[in-house]
Amino acid sequence: MSKKTALYNTHVNNGGRMVDFAGFLMPVSFEGIVAEHNRVRGKVGLFDVSHMGEIEITGDRAAEFADYVVTNNVGSLDDGQICYTVCCNNDGYVLDDLLVYKFSPSRILIVSNAANYEKIFRHLSDVQWEDVEVNNLSEETAQIAIQGPRSRRLIIESGICRGSEDKVKNLDYYRFFSFEKDGKEIIFSRTGYTGESGFEIYVPPGQVKDIWNNLENAGEKLGVAPIGLGARDTLRFESGFCLYGNELGEDISPLEARLSWTVKFDKGDFIGRSALAEEKENRPARKLIGLELTERGIPRTGFKVFQDGEEVGYVTSGNYSPTFRKPLAIALIKRSVPKNIKDFKIEIRGRKLGAKRIKFPFYKGRVKD
Amino acid sequence: MEIEECLFTKEHEWVSIDGDVVTIGISEYAAGELGDIVFIELPEVGKKVKQMDPVGTIEAVKTVAELFSPVTGEIIEINEEVMDNPEIVNKDPYKEGWFMKIKMDNSSELDVLFSYEEYNDFLGEE
Repeated sequence: MSKKTALYNTHVNNGGRMVDFAGFLMPVSFEGIVAEHNRVRGKVGLFDVSHMGEIEITGDRAAEFADYVVTNNVGSLDDGQICYTVCCNNDGYVLDDLLVYKFSPSRILIVSNAANYEKIFRHLSDVQWEDVEVNNLSEETAQIAIQGPRSRRLIIESGICRGSEDKVKNLDYYRFFSFEKDGKEIIFSRTGYTGESGFEIYVPPGQVKDIWNNLENAGEKLGVAPIGLGARDTLRFESGFCLYGNELGEDISPLEARLSWTVKFDKGDFIGRSALAEEKENRPARKLIGLELTERGIPRTGFKVFQDGEEVGYVTSGNYSPTFRKPLAIALIKRSVPKNIKDFKIEIRGRKLGAKRIKFPFYKGRVKD
Repeated sequence: MEIEECLFTKEHEWVSIDGDVVTIGISEYAAGELGDIVFIELPEVGKKVKQMDPVGTIEAVKTVAELFSPVTGEIIEINEEVMDNPEIVNKDPYKEGWFMKIKMDNSSELDVLFSYEEYNDFLGEE
């Protein structure tokens, strides 16, 4: 039995096509993936991301604990700052990619993928540090993402941040603030996974409908509309953001997935460190590259990639790119394929179609605007 | 062509009959379920096909679907327009969004197809 978010009825009323995703009934699209995609690139869109998981770490050594379980450096964050990171197992493979929110050295919030948060909660609970408490807040936390160049204006005009307008105006990329409403904490965060400037709001499920409605109503003239998981995927895909299960997994290391920047070897010990250090020393076996199909077809996840007749890897994510109006693919290939090799083939239903290596990520948005 | 006079397959194709030539396309329901169609591959004119042979691929942003021939016969025309502008199928699946015309060998193959009413009942059960 799939779970429903607090906004389920709202999506149905908005004409959302509901599908099961990681155990949640979520909208895959409303007006159509391409239109929704373009709306976020050009205007602003609303996403229900309440299916994501939230895990809180508290206690005097909370930040230290976080540093032990993730690869990025939590200790070096300011209070009110966020980092993107992965959480690895002892073998240096990825259990999940996460956002880590540092309220203070004694309070950390981790945001995990819907499909993984129970696994991550168990993983963190198994570490067992004295005087550190790990709590799964996923059921009691709803989340909305507001993404697109008009996102800040929409938030301010909707009145959902009344009294904190200046904080919203001045909030830098990967920073957050929180305040209390009706005795409950609401978090405003300058984050997102679309490649556009945007915000994510964490709110108790009982209050999320009001906030959503205020955003929808205030945003009519700004061109706001709800966006489904389909466009969420094409947006992150163009921006080269990893999706767990595609570019990341328990058989892919962060060093292969272009996430070396999230692995901080100089911060002290962390789970997976020695395996990753060894991998770095020997150089990772594979790398992610961007491909553009030069023949007619759509590359999909899992399709094989060939170079000069030899199978060298596979497509981790592939799709028609609404922004560039071309079929593009992210592929995980052998590192031994030299950088100057541009010509590849992707096997699509038995036919090997031409693909050329292009600049990756495909799209660079103005996330910091 | 009146949609009420078309026949339909379980694979959500519509079939319009004119003598021994059938025109095929996909239903509005199918086009809606697929979402934004971005690429269509159709066979060459002159190709001989059997009933239920795959005769094309429809790639949407989210998924891919196969097109099957409702009859045995020869493909005598394909709609080049939908190959160049696949979004036509989303906009107008029953008129501009047709895929191909097939000259059929045996019209009794049509007996297994749904009428418009039967197809709507079938959709209701899905």
